[in-house]
Amino acid sequence: MLTLSEVTDISGEEGNLQVKVLQHPRFVDMDKCIACGTCAEKCPKKVEDQYNAGLMKRKAIYVPYSQTVPLKYAIDKDNCIYFQKGKCRACEKFCPAGAINFEDTEKELDLKVGSVIMAPGFTSFDPSSQDTYGYAALPNVVTSLEFERILSATGPFMGHLSRPSDKSEPKKIAWFQCVGSRDMNRCDNGYCSSVCCMYAVKQTLIAKEHSDVDLDCTVFFMDMRTHGKDFDRYYEHAQEEGIRFIRSRVHSAEPVPGTDDVLVTYVDERGHQEREIFHMVVLSTGLEIDEHVVALSQRLGIELDPYHFVQSDTFHPVATSVSGIYACGAFTGPKDIPQSVMEASAAACAATQPLAVSRNTQTKTVEIPAEKDVTREPPKIGVFVCNCGINIGGVIRVPEVAEFAGTLPHVVYVEENLFTCSQDTQDKMTAVIQEQGLNRVVVAACTPRTHEELFQETLINAGLNKYLFEMANIRNHDSWVHANDPDAATQKAKDLVRMAVAKAGLLSPLHQTDLPVHQSALVVGAGVAGMTAALSLAQQGYPVHLVEKSGTFGGNALQLHRAYQGEDVSAYVKKLTDEVSAHDRITVYPESTIQGVDGFIGNFTTEIQTPDTTETIAHGVAILATGAREYKPDEYLYGSHKAVLTHSEMDRLFMNDDPRLKAAQNVVFIQCVGSRDETHPYCSKVCCTHSVESALELKRRNPDINVYVLYRDMRTYGKREDLYREARKAGILFVRYALQEKPKISDSGDQVRVVFRDPILDRELAVEADFLCLATAIVSYHDQTLAQFFKVPMDADGWFLEAHQKLRPVDFANDGVFLCGMNHYPKPLDESIAQAQAAASRALTVLAMDTINVGGVVCHIDPDLCAGCLACMNVCPYGAISEDKEKNVAEVNEALCKGCGACAATCPCEAAILMGFNNQEIYAQIKGALAA
Amino acid sequence: MNHTQQSEPIQGAVMVIGGGIAGIQSALDMANSGFYVYMVEKSPGIGGVMAQLDKTFPTNDCSM
Repeated sequence: MLTLSEVTDISGEEGNLQVKVLQHPRFVDMDKCIACGTCAEKCPKKVEDQYNAGLMKRKAIYVPYSQTVPLKYAIDKDNCIYFQKGKCRACEKFCPAGAINFEDTEKELDLKVGSVIMAPGFTSFDPSSQDTYGYAALPNVVTSLEFERILSATGPFMGHLSRPSDKSEPKKIAWFQCVGSRDMNRCDNGYCSSVCCMYAVKQTLIAKEHSDVDLDCTVFFMDMRTHGKDFDRYYEHAQEEGIRFIRSRVHSAEPVPGTDDVLVTYVDERGHQEREIFHMVVLSTGLEIDEHVVALSQRLGIELDPYHFVQSDTFHPVATSVSGIYACGAFTGPKDIPQSVMEASAAACAATQPLAVSRNTQTKTVEIPAEKDVTREPPKIGVFVCNCGINIGGVIRVPEVAEFAGTLPHVVYVEENLFTCSQDTQDKMTAVIQEQGLNRVVVAACTPRTHEELFQETLINAGLNKYLFEMANIRNHDSWVHANDPDAATQKAKDLVRMAVAKAGLLSPLHQTDLPVHQSALVVGAGVAGMTAALSLAQQGYPVHLVEKSGTFGGNALQLHRAYQGEDVSAYVKKLTDEVSAHDRITVYPESTIQGVDGFIGNFTTEIQTPDTTETIAHGVAILATGAREYKPDEYLYGSHKAVLTHSEMDRLFMNDDPRLKAAQNVVFIQCVGSRDETHPYCSKVCCTHSVESALELKRRNPDINVYVLYRDMRTYGKREDLYREARKAGILFVRYALQEKPKISDSGDQVRVVFRDPILDRELAVEADFLCLATAIVSYHDQTLAQFFKVPMDADGWFLEAHQKLRPVDFANDGVFLCGMNHYPKPLDESIAQAQAAASRALTVLAMDTINVGGVVCHIDPDLCAGCLACMNVCPYGAISEDKEKNVAEVNEALCKGCGACAATCPCEAAILMGFNNQEIYAQIKGALAA
Repeated sequence: MNHTQQSEPIQGAVMVIGGGIAGIQSALDMANSGFYVYMVEKSPGIGGVMAQLDKTFPTNDCSM
C-alpha cells in the first residue's frame, strides 16, 4: 500500500507496464509510529479538517480519522509551523516512539505491473459559485457531505443535530436537489448525479431520528430518482413519515434579517411563487471528477467524455481507451456504492484476464512456524491489557486491571500496552509468548469482530494454535459506554478479564482441515449476463458449464434494438454467442434445466436435465444469471388493439424497419405500466431511458412525427440525462401524470385515443395515437425451485437477495454461489455486463484456491448423546445438519457450518457442542462473572 | 493469445489507483485471485468518501 502517492506516468504494453509513482514524505516513520496521538495533542497548529468537510479543526500532524488504515500519523507540510517558519518540532520532542523524521524526502518509484485499475472516485460539487443559494454567505446553508458529518457521531457535533451558526437544533430543514447536476446554466454538469435523491431521502429520515422535536423536512426536487433496489419503498416510507416533497427547482435562498434563518423562494407546479423560512438548508450537491484526475487521464491518453467521466461503451463498462488501463466507480459515471462495488470487482476481472497465465507468480507465501503441542501442559496464561491510546486508558485504570490479572489462576505473565494492535507490539508479543512459554493468551482490549484475526495471527507466528486465544472487550463494552464512571468501569474491566481468563484456562486447540476445490464453474442462464460471466471465467483459465433452459442464447437482449449510447445490440449478442460456443473451456447445455444441487463451496454436484439425458457435474462455484422478463399488462387495451405495444414489440418494428413507423403521425408512450404500483412496488429502472431512446429513434426516422411521453418521474439517471435533454430539444413532449389519474385509452379505429391531464396547463388533452407504446415493468420469473436448490433467498418482489446490499452485491450468503443480471433487479445492459464480470471476479477468488479450510469453530454432534430428535436440523440456518438415518442421529457438515451455535442452544441432550464455546468453557465464564 | 512469443513474461502484479470503496474492492478481489497488488492512494490513509458518510441505506450500518 503506497499512501501519499500519485502515479505520474504509465508506459509499455498491457501485460508489461512501467508505472512511475511519486511518494510524498510523511515525515513520520510508519514502522515506529504507534498512533498514540501525543503528537497531535501537542501540535500547536490548527487546520481545517477535510474529513469533517471543514466543519472542525484538526492539527498539522494528523490521521484523517480514527479508523484510518494505515493508522499512522502524517505531517501536513503546508500547514506545519516548523516547515513554514523554521521552528517548533513539538511533535518530535513529545513522540514516545521517536517516529518523527523531518528529514523524510520525496521518493520516486518505478514499478512493473501487468495492468492498472483507476478508481480515483469523485469530489462533491462546490456550490460557492452559485450565489443564489447563498452557500458562501449563509452559515446555515450546507452541502450534503457537510450534513453527513453533522449527523455523524464522530462529526463536529457528535451526532447531535445542530446548525453551524449557533449550534441550536434546527426544527425545519430544506433540501435542494440537483445542485451541480442536471444544470447547463449555472454549471456545465448536464448529467444526473444518480445518488442525490436517495441520499437526501436517507438524510431526512436519519435527521428526524436524531431530532428531539418533530422535525419538519422538505425536499425540493425535479424528478425523484429512486430507481435502485428497494429505493422506491424507502421513498414511500419517507412520505408516510411526513417528509414533504415539493416538485420545484428553488429560485433562491436569502438571509432573514436579524436571524440566522434562510428564506427560500420557489415556484410551485401551478406557477405560483411561494416563500418559506427554514432554519437550515442542505444542498444536495452532485458528483464531479477532480481536476488532478482529469490531468492524469489526459497525460495517459484516456479518453474522457465532455463531463470528464471515462468514455466507456455499453459492452465494455470498465475498459478505457488505453489498453491495460481499466476504470471503475464514479470515474466511469456517477453511481452509488453497490454499483461502484460491482464495477470494482468487474474491473478486477477484466484487468487480470490478460494476465491469467501469470496467476500466483508474484504473490508471496507466508512461512508458518510449526505448531507446538500444548495438550499435556498445564495452562500458562499471558494477559495483555490495552490502553487503546486514551480510548480505554482515559477511563479505566489500566495498571490496576493489569495488576489484578496477575492474581488470577494460571496467569503467569501480564503486560500493559498503549496499542496492543500496533505492529511492534505484535512482534514483541510473539517474542514474549516464546520466551515465557505461554500456552494461552488473553487480550483485554477492543472487539474480536475487528481484531481477533490479527491476534490469532500473532499466536500462529509464535507457534501456538490460534484458538488458544480469548478477548475481553473492555473498550466497546466498557470504557465507551461507562465513560462517566471510571470506578465502575475499572471494576467491570476486572470482571471481564476474570471471565476471559476462566475460559482461556479450558481452551483446547482446534484444527482445520483442507478440502480440495473443484476448479470449475456452473453458470445458469445464457443471456448476456450469463454468457459474459461464463466467458470471463473461461478466459481466466477455468472450465465452465453453461446451462440454458431455452434453445437460443442471448435472453432479453435478443429483443433490444439499440443500447442507450446507440450501440447495435444484436451484433454484440451474436459475437458473444459465437465466442461462447467456440470456447473450448465452455460446455453448453441448451434446453436444459437444473434438477438438483448438493454440496458446498468448492465441492458442488449438480444434476442437469438435457433433452436426451441427465448429467451430473462437479463444480466449485455457481453463478445464477437467470434473468427476468417483460411484463405483459392487462390494461390500456393491450392485447386487444394492434396499435398498443410494449417496448420489445416496438423494438421489433425498428429492427424490421416496419413501414408503419414512417407513416405514423402521433406516438404516445406511457411510463410505469406495472411499475411503482401496488402489484410491483418498485421502479423497473430501464423504461424511462428506453422510451426516450425510442422516441428519438422515431424522430430520426420521421422528423415530423409528434411524440408524447406520459411519465410520473423521468428517471434518466447518470449520463442518460443527456438523452432526455436531447429529446426535449427535438420537440418530444413530456407530460406528467399521477398514479391516481392514469391516462384513459379508447378504441378509435386504426388508432387509439389517449386522454390525459396536463398538470401545467391544468386541462385535459386528447391524442389520436397511431402507436401507443407501454413502458412495461420488468418482472421476476419467481423460480422458487432454483432458489431452494442453491439455498438462496428471494425478496418480496421475486429478486434474488444478495449477501449485503451495499458491500456484497453479487455474493449470496451461501458461500460459493453468486448472482448477476436481472434476477437481482431490473437493469440496463451495461450494468448487467459489469455485474456479470463482477460475479466472475468473486467466483475467481474461490477458483484460484487449491483448497478451502473447514473446521475450527464449528459444531460437533456427539452421536452417543444424540437422541435423534433433529431439533438442531430445524434451527440450523445454513442447512449444515443432516440425519444419519442408519444410526438415527444428526450430523454436521463442517464445510457448511458457520459456528453460530443455534444447534448447541437447542439440543436437549447437550449432544451438540460448539467447538471453542463448549459448555464447560461457557460455565467457567459465567462462574467468573458471578465471582465478583 | 500466444504469450510464449513475448520477449518479457506477463507480469503477475497489478496496480490500483485510489483507495476508496471501489479501489479497495478491486484490490481485494485481485489479491484473492492470485495477483500481487500495489495500491496507490494520494491521501495518508484509505477509505475515500464512504468513510465520511454517517449511515448507509438500507441497513443503516455505519460506513466504517
